[in-house]
Amino acid sequence: MTATHLGPSAHALPGERLVRVGCPAHNCGGRCLLVAHVKDGRIVRLEGDDRPDDTPADPQLRACTRGRAYLRRQYHPDRLLYPLRRVGPRGAGRWARISWDEALDLVAGEMRRVRETYGPGALFVPYGTGSYSQLNGSQVARRLMNLTGGCLGIWNSYSWAAINVATPTVYGTLQTGNQRQDWLNSRYILLWGWNPAEMRDGTNSDWFVKLARERGARTVCIDPRMSPSAVSLADEWIPIRPGTDAAMMTAMAHVMITEGLVDAGFVRTHCVGFDASQMPAGCDGEESYRDYVLGTRDGVPKTPEWAERITTVPRATIARIAREYATTKPAMLYQGYGMQRRAFGEQVVRAGCVLAALTGNVGIPGGWASGLANQPDGGCGWYVFPAGENPVKASIPVFLWAEAVLRGKGMGAEHGVQGAERLASDIKLIYAVATNCLVNQHANINRSVEILRDESKVEFLVVQDQFLTSTARYADVVLPACTQFETWGVEDGWKYGEEVLLMPKLVEPPGEAKSDYRIGAEIAERLGAGAAFTEGRDERGWVEWCLDEYRRTRFPDLPSLDAFEASNAGLHVKPVTRPAVAFADFRRDPEGHPLDTPSGRIEIFSKALRDLGRPDAIPAVPKYIEEWESPFGPEAARFPLQAIGHHTLHRVHSTHDNNDWLAEAFPQRAFLNPLDAAPRGIADGDAVKVWNDRGATVLPCRLTQRVMPGVVDIPEGAWWAPDAAGVDHGGNINVLTSERWTPLAFGTAQHTAMVQVERA
Amino acid sequence: MGARYAFRFDQSACSGCKTCQAACKDRHGLPVGVLWRRVYEVAGGGWERVGEAWHSDAFAYHLSLACNHCAEPICAEVCPTGAIVRGDDGLVRIDRETCVGCRYCAWACPYGAPQFDERSGTMTKCDLCAADLAAGRPPACVSSCPMRALELVTIEDGADAAGAATFPLPDPALTSPGLVVVPHRDAPRAGPRTARVANREEVAP
Repeated sequence: MTATHLGPSAHALPGERLVRVGCPAHNCGGRCLLVAHVKDGRIVRLEGDDRPDDTPADPQLRACTRGRAYLRRQYHPDRLLYPLRRVGPRGAGRWARISWDEALDLVAGEMRRVRETYGPGALFVPYGTGSYSQLNGSQVARRLMNLTGGCLGIWNSYSWAAINVATPTVYGTLQTGNQRQDWLNSRYILLWGWNPAEMRDGTNSDWFVKLARERGARTVCIDPRMSPSAVSLADEWIPIRPGTDAAMMTAMAHVMITEGLVDAGFVRTHCVGFDASQMPAGCDGEESYRDYVLGTRDGVPKTPEWAERITTVPRATIARIAREYATTKPAMLYQGYGMQRRAFGEQVVRAGCVLAALTGNVGIPGGWASGLANQPDGGCGWYVFPAGENPVKASIPVFLWAEAVLRGKGMGAEHGVQGAERLASDIKLIYAVATNCLVNQHANINRSVEILRDESKVEFLVVQDQFLTSTARYADVVLPACTQFETWGVEDGWKYGEEVLLMPKLVEPPGEAKSDYRIGAEIAERLGAGAAFTEGRDERGWVEWCLDEYRRTRFPDLPSLDAFEASNAGLHVKPVTRPAVAFADFRRDPEGHPLDTPSGRIEIFSKALRDLGRPDAIPAVPKYIEEWESPFGPEAARFPLQAIGHHTLHRVHSTHDNNDWLAEAFPQRAFLNPLDAAPRGIADGDAVKVWNDRGATVLPCRLTQRVMPGVVDIPEGAWWAPDAAGVDHGGNINVLTSERWTPLAFGTAQHTAMVQVERA
Repeated sequence: MGARYAFRFDQSACSGCKTCQAACKDRHGLPVGVLWRRVYEVAGGGWERVGEAWHSDAFAYHLSLACNHCAEPICAEVCPTGAIVRGDDGLVRIDRETCVGCRYCAWACPYGAPQFDERSGTMTKCDLCAADLAAGRPPACVSSCPMRALELVTIEDGADAAGAATFPLPDPALTSPGLVVVPHRDAPRAGPRTARVANREEVAP
């Protein structure tokens, strides 16, 4: 057998123009390169990265199935073409076409009225990632707001709420990750609830795990579901009951402590709070991590036997994994994000970080500190586009927008309000750009739409998008935005990427659709801030501005926009030949390079958390805490199954749900174990109703051994499609999820939901 | 006899992401329901409760298949109009002018490669991106794979094709496919009584 040596694939056919372009970013978890074939004003084909070389230092950025199927979205017959104004009650779905002038006069007028009536804190731009390049998406709406008096701010995210807040309680930073080229130095990788094959987590992250395996790393995937990563990246899959990962982690610590596997030297010199000998000042005599694990105070040793009852993972397996992880050096415990979108999601983050510390895997090549793991070189830059400064200092956690509608005035720190003692107003106007977070992606859809239907609460709702999404259905005015292929943009690599991807405008928008930026500029003009908004730049001009910013901060060799465009390279890469290792300085010299924590050390025990005075929900050391909805509570009598919603390659959250090639590839199904199906009389392919007290969804099921018993898996993001009785037929898991938030991060806990399943 | 093209599929690394399938559809403009390349999910095993613990021997793996451009193409043998021909270049092609869309080839092919296209009323299938190949470029599926698990290689006729018998593939002696499979670790456990194609609706629309 001989490998064929074929050249790059991209090749223009007669009449075609080839343009290398960053794949439209929708918060997919990657940033890839496409080669667009443009002919007669239309994109006719999309190829992947065609650079001839493909090395770990500078790998091809091969787009996934969603990028390659993008034209089915781009040229979808349901694209929004004109501004719409609702006629009839909000949410009734009756619309009238209006002109841009009428629409923007209305929007600008309402912004002015609400600002004058209630103050700027009554205006709100929700979290949104439906368009995610520098020039497209909600940040242009934030710029508009900030230049016209401000609006209620947001902090945190849906994706990383608990991990964003919990990681710094241990390490004082979010930059806890080594660059991926260093994964090749690892001997053992725990993919703990981590599924890069499906949710990406950086273009090529799955491929880097493959390379690490080829270098001899053993890999173990711990997940309630045998994910594509468990199938293709792991030597072993360990199913675990959702929401109990912290229990297994704690029991692993028990094994390490009782069997002498803790890296005692590292813990002594680099950590605080492991045992009574190193408690932070003022905390002597409090329960240390060792106390908790051994049950010194509560009388419950957190043994593998203890954890087996909670997690369903066999005790021998827990002990074996603890030994493997503690003795195979260096090793990585990579935490996924799904398990922190749960009740007490902060605990699993802290527990994972502590295991990394106990095993001495922090600050070394091939190791991994766990936690969020942003890049030590400053990667993951997100926005450089200048949204400006918000004159309104108050902000709410993104997940609590509905609370700020219901009872915003007077809301304070107990609801996560930052920057002000109390909110001065309820939310009265929402300008929702590139977001489906008001309905489709937020918890408890039936509650959300009830809140939105009440026109005395949110008095005016503008939605700006490319399709009539579930959120847009509740709008008073819908503004048609163009896709990212229809305007200029620029983006940098997602979390790990050491590259800048250019997104030149390829084709004209259909109908009257405009760019997010252009719409913002035209509203700004009506509010007297047109010149301040644009500073004389169009979209391309701002891309040039963003390139200057990238060049100043992270990419000194970045070419000018003219040269970048002329080269048709599509991307600029900073190859990684010497991968950075987080905490290397701290590892070498903890006195000279202390962490940015109160103690300067890794805080296994956090005095700051202790001082919050809520030990049952926010303990000073990471603990397993039984969830507020679980198989162990009384709710399990009526709702015995746990519902989880994985990220499917059918969609990026709710984007692409209407893409027929992707629906063909990954039809929306409720995945159920045959052991749960049989007593319910459910056969493979049956329509099933999944329900609880919050709502119901009906969709076909697929029986699979790949989901553990007791769990029903409904991929998140399907478009909500209620019937007259309010029962969803789109397979949207958020009719089942709860709006209750995590205690410290005020983050989503949507994966904590108990349900029942029956034949529909 | 001699060297010919074959797909080399590293099943151990395939995540079932179907990027190859989408790239193929984009390259050839295929409508929903026509899958020149398909990805099968094979699954088996089960669960046992021991006390509070779940013990599982569940397993799964994927199989990405297009047309294997067999050296002894049974599709061509059964075609009543002679529309399917294996060329000197080793590529098996369907002549759409001659094809009457009777689907005998689809029934005969043990790989599910020939696909009926309602637009033309004829059978269609993977042509190995022949136009690209002739110009020295790889097929769209090969260059698309995010896991670098799919390659185009050349093999000698009669080369060891043991992996190409991985369940649920037929005995390669039937058609001598241009297919080399690096089996997933769990592939040896799979057979007609221990595993099944779990995503039938996705591969046979």
